[in-house]
Amino acid sequence: MSLDRPLTRNVRADKSPTDMAAYEANGGYQGLRAAMGKLSPGDCLQIIKDSNLRGRGGAGFPTGMKWSFVPMENVSTGHKYLICNADEMEPGAFKDRLLLECDPHQLIEGMILSAYTIQADVAYIFIRAEYLLAADLLRQAIADCHAKGYLGKNILGSDFSLEMHVHPSAGRYICGEETALISALEGKRANPRAKPPFPQVSGLWGRPTIVNNVETLCNIHHIIERGADWFQSLGLTEDAGTKMYGVSGRVKNPGCWELPIGTPIREILENYAGGMEDGYKMRGFLPGGGSTDFLVEEHLDLAMDYDTIGKAGSRMGTGTMIILDDKTCPVGFVKNLVEFFAQESCGFCTPCRDGLPWSAQVLDDLERGRGRPEDLETLARQVSFIGAMGNTHCALAPGAMEPLASGLKYFRDDFERHISEGGCSFHTGGVS
Amino acid sequence: MPVIHIDGQEYEVEAGQNILQACLSLGLDLPYFCWHPAMGSIGACRQCAVVQYLNPEDNRGRIVMGCMTPVMDGAIFSLNGDKASEFRRTIVESLMLNHPHDCPVCAEGGECHLQDMTVMVGHRDRQYRGKKNTHRNQYLGPLIHHEMNRCITCYRCTRFYNDYAGGTDLAAMAAHDHTYFGRHEEGVLQSEFAGNLVEVCPTGVFTDKSLMKGYTRKWDLQSAPSVCTGCAVGCNTLPGERYGKLKRVHNRFNAEVNGYFLCDRGRFGAAFVNSEKSLEYPGLRGEDGRFNALDHHSALMHMVHACHAEEGKNKVAGIGSPRASVEANYLLRLLVGAENFAPGFSDREQPLIELALALQQDSPALIPDIQTIESADAILILGEDLTNTAPRIALALRQSVRNKAYELAAELRLEAWQDAAIRNLAQDQRSPLFIASVADSRLDDIAEDRVALAPDDIARLGFAVAKLIGGENISELEPELQARAQAIATALQNAQRPLIISGTGCGNAAVMQAAAQIAQALCQAHNRAMLALAVPEANSLGQAMLTGPGAQSLAQLSKRAAAGKLDTLIILENDLYRRGPKASIDALLANVANVIVLDTLDNATLSASSLALPAASFAESEGTLVSMEGRAQRYYPVFVPRQERRASWIWLLAVMKESEREEVSELHSFDDITRACASDIPALSGITGAAPDAHFRNAGLKIPRQTHRYSGRTAMRADVSVHEPKQPVDEESPLAFSMEGLNRSQPGSLLPFVWAPGWNSNQSLHKFQSEVGGHLKGGTAGARLLLPATGTSASTATQPDATLAPSAPQQPGQWQMVPRYKIFGSDELSVHSPAIAELVDPGFIEISSDDARALGVNDGEGLVLNKPDNASQGELLTIAVATLEVRLNDSIAVGCAGYSVGLAGTEDIIAADKLVLSKADNWKRHKPQIIGSDGGGSTGGDHV
Repeated sequence: MSLDRPLTRNVRADKSPTDMAAYEANGGYQGLRAAMGKLSPGDCLQIIKDSNLRGRGGAGFPTGMKWSFVPMENVSTGHKYLICNADEMEPGAFKDRLLLECDPHQLIEGMILSAYTIQADVAYIFIRAEYLLAADLLRQAIADCHAKGYLGKNILGSDFSLEMHVHPSAGRYICGEETALISALEGKRANPRAKPPFPQVSGLWGRPTIVNNVETLCNIHHIIERGADWFQSLGLTEDAGTKMYGVSGRVKNPGCWELPIGTPIREILENYAGGMEDGYKMRGFLPGGGSTDFLVEEHLDLAMDYDTIGKAGSRMGTGTMIILDDKTCPVGFVKNLVEFFAQESCGFCTPCRDGLPWSAQVLDDLERGRGRPEDLETLARQVSFIGAMGNTHCALAPGAMEPLASGLKYFRDDFERHISEGGCSFHTGGVS
Repeated sequence: MPVIHIDGQEYEVEAGQNILQACLSLGLDLPYFCWHPAMGSIGACRQCAVVQYLNPEDNRGRIVMGCMTPVMDGAIFSLNGDKASEFRRTIVESLMLNHPHDCPVCAEGGECHLQDMTVMVGHRDRQYRGKKNTHRNQYLGPLIHHEMNRCITCYRCTRFYNDYAGGTDLAAMAAHDHTYFGRHEEGVLQSEFAGNLVEVCPTGVFTDKSLMKGYTRKWDLQSAPSVCTGCAVGCNTLPGERYGKLKRVHNRFNAEVNGYFLCDRGRFGAAFVNSEKSLEYPGLRGEDGRFNALDHHSALMHMVHACHAEEGKNKVAGIGSPRASVEANYLLRLLVGAENFAPGFSDREQPLIELALALQQDSPALIPDIQTIESADAILILGEDLTNTAPRIALALRQSVRNKAYELAAELRLEAWQDAAIRNLAQDQRSPLFIASVADSRLDDIAEDRVALAPDDIARLGFAVAKLIGGENISELEPELQARAQAIATALQNAQRPLIISGTGCGNAAVMQAAAQIAQALCQAHNRAMLALAVPEANSLGQAMLTGPGAQSLAQLSKRAAAGKLDTLIILENDLYRRGPKASIDALLANVANVIVLDTLDNATLSASSLALPAASFAESEGTLVSMEGRAQRYYPVFVPRQERRASWIWLLAVMKESEREEVSELHSFDDITRACASDIPALSGITGAAPDAHFRNAGLKIPRQTHRYSGRTAMRADVSVHEPKQPVDEESPLAFSMEGLNRSQPGSLLPFVWAPGWNSNQSLHKFQSEVGGHLKGGTAGARLLLPATGTSASTATQPDATLAPSAPQQPGQWQMVPRYKIFGSDELSVHSPAIAELVDPGFIEISSDDARALGVNDGEGLVLNKPDNASQGELLTIAVATLEVRLNDSIAVGCAGYSVGLAGTEDIIAADKLVLSKADNWKRHKPQIIGSDGGGSTGGDHV
């Protein structure tokens, strides 16, 4: 039993799913059994707070603090909800898929304990529509839990009851935004909601609701079982625990690994991803998925944790890196992302709905050799117009501007050459 | 009050507002799109961005949305700093990415909020080089034109249509910059309030289809403050005219009557004024039975002669009208004498309307205006289908039931303007609304409980509720009804501001008495119970106030006529064939030698007259109407009537002057008549307060009906003459048929249009309000004539005659006729508007599918309605009353059949009649039969 890789300890080499028997055989649901007997919801909350677990969906908000906003008194009438955000759609991210497909019970045990902590009586797993295998495994796992008394009425003889449902997303990126997810779950347009009120107070169906990422919830039972100090000791830096890191792009061994949080980027790239493919050099990378700022060579020795990456001008985000190599056009790379986000805008607020297609159009002109000298100024204007948090209704558009803003900073030559040379030199003939 | 700092200035602002509201109320121009004073904030358009600074040392600040930022004492903002201005300019530039440059051909041009905001933010040159997105437009029915390319995706349309007005067939579809606002498929918009989209949309996506058929820009419209004549709610309107045609109707804000919204009957029905049926010349029936046109002087002389009463020889009677002004009715009553004046109600409705007035006069409950209705936290509707009889009240009730949501929001300290947040918080939790009616209604979706009962049973339920509130036990009801009564009583007792609504709609006096008793019982326990009683027509209540109880009825006049005791009958703006069975009206008119009719449009009564006088419509004349809440309101001529049309009061005054009648020797003007009426009729003494008299001047000036950009006064009539005639002089009001004058801060009753520098659209309204969304600066229009009675003792009127027995068991083969109203078709005049006419169905009868099966008819087939002939003994003889199309409606009360009031073919049906139904032979379907339908489908509530 590996204690330093808790999340992936049940992940087999062939990636076959861990079923109830195998999960229990490896100590599964012991944390739940132990907690239901002796820990109060308040105890659990304190452990999570002490553990310094931060949300693994991208924002890195302290999980214990998030939970502490859920009203625990005078809510006898009506439901409270726990929602697992399994709508993994960030470009470059595939870490939750691994956890869902290889060890569904780990998530469920984490969710039961999380729901117990906030005293939620209904839990939803809002899962990306394409994750068909994971959804099936989760449904089976939930059924198995009912049979075992881990879910349903009076779990393990306690007075705590929980129903859990798998809800496939209808398939838009914005559904991964927690309030848009709630709107989608209610059957409404998946538009994000303004905060305040926060979901902890008025979420699903207007009731107190917690939305957490798959990886976050997978950590919970380990922390409850082994304690905050153990969890703190896993991290290499200020941050606690392990992290699912991923690398995609022209590397020898793209993939996803659980490593101590704060592992240096170079170590992830070279020791795990195997370094760049032969004939390719790295020009830069998005450390945390498609909506994070580029980092470059000089940042490779930074520790991959929330604060270090934040100080370097980017975000750890989902922890799944996308590598930009020297044979790929940075302008085209950014354009591809901006077009994705423009397409995935819910259409609610103006800067996102109309600003992103505008940025995409300028980038497209650059790629097609129709760029004009003033275009870089236009793009810079777009970055400050769309990119500042608060200018838009939610974080989608600011996220979409991150690769563009940092691309203009680190690869300005490429942008300028597209204008001066009348197109993209990475493509044969200059025009795609 | 909090003090905030904006661009270095200190301002005291209203607590609980957001920055956008505060800025607009302060008179500062802050652009916006998605926010609406009646609908609150959602933060979609990002147009009202301002910069907020953390403290005086903060010199960077951050952009926040004005509409989403509460005012807080000491907060520091910049409106005009570069950062905020640049952001707002870029928002408009972004909105313009896909907005077509079609202002010259857009019906919104010149009153477009998007145009105004574009100019306000200073956006001029577009940098975007891409193609504009385009959309396919939809056919949305005869009222609304759809032009999706112009959309700026502010979401106001769906927020109004669905969230505010309860519609279900307009939606935001698709996403990103392809978001599409329309129906899931083409077709007529189903909401009765769809027309408000025209005013709610900040640009030209939804425009007035009938305006577009003879288009005029806002600046070329001549308009005047008016009052809708479509029902008794009395919504304030702004009709606009050009070329002698009424071009369109916009909402005229009145915080207490209609707020920002009208119903579609009101908005689109007023076009009856343009009908080809409108009379232009007087007509005298000749020997050959045909009408000959007369000039107005000859017509007047004929009428003077006909009215000349020689002692014992010529007996004159008059029939007034609940759709004519107080002044015209007053003069006719003066002309013929009170004892010879019938108010013009049908025999069935006259006692009901007198009762409605008496109940309200005697009730200790508050007679609510619309704002008060919207404050109600528990509501009971007894027997009234408000969406079709008083539509604007139904829209208000959709806001009342949200008080539960506001209570929940207050617990979370959410400000009332946090629209999306509050809707998400409350979901479907609503303040309780109970409906007892003869069948389904459009408010059922927000009702906690709804029960369909025959009218007498509705009354029984109501009396039981009153008893329960009064602490009595009840035993007379069936157990299931008893439980309902208990639930209703409990909800009303637990409410702070309970509201009881009923009316004349289901044709049953006891129903209204029950409503009044409940209100009274609540008043004994609460202080703030409200009672609202709907009456049918624009001046029904004023007419009851004018005559008082016991006025001549049509039946009494008919009897006098039949006895040969009437020589001349003057009928004022009233088609009697809508007031009684054809045979009895035929008889009445045949028994009188001189039938003089004053009316606007040709109708059956007018055709039967011997002298017809063309009466100016509401849009060409002035008058006072008394709404269902007892509010006297003044309307003014929008334009000068063409040819020989004259306001009825002018005809009647002239006749009396020519006859040298002493009563009118001191009456010279419209104001004189109003004053005389107010001093003669105690119940109407308050009507002089409805609006200032003709001497009023706004800072020394008259108030212009024409905008300062009014154009083409010469060109308009260049086909006749290139000389511009002098503008007509309006001696009867403070308004002028002119561009000169001052349209600012005058009393609300005198607001002819809204327009302010930089604000060409209807959004300029806030410049006329004391604070944004608040009352008009010059005061709210209208004078309340009904005040709550001080005592709480039951008056005689509120006592039911007896405890009602349960509805008599159904006679085999007989059904009780219950009225079913249609917003399009049940009233007299709006059906003459071409757009509305497209939405009016032929008459129908609604029965349950069980009854249909028993009668052997299907949906869409015909039924003959027969009246049992009581005179015949022995074998059952019947008289056919009507033949109507069957509509299946399983919500209809057992033993009842609903007939469509006012629709063709239902004229001779009387509410509460028990009729024999039988399948019609040789029936020709109006619509093809749908094979494999789901049983016909209930049509109740659908208006097309």
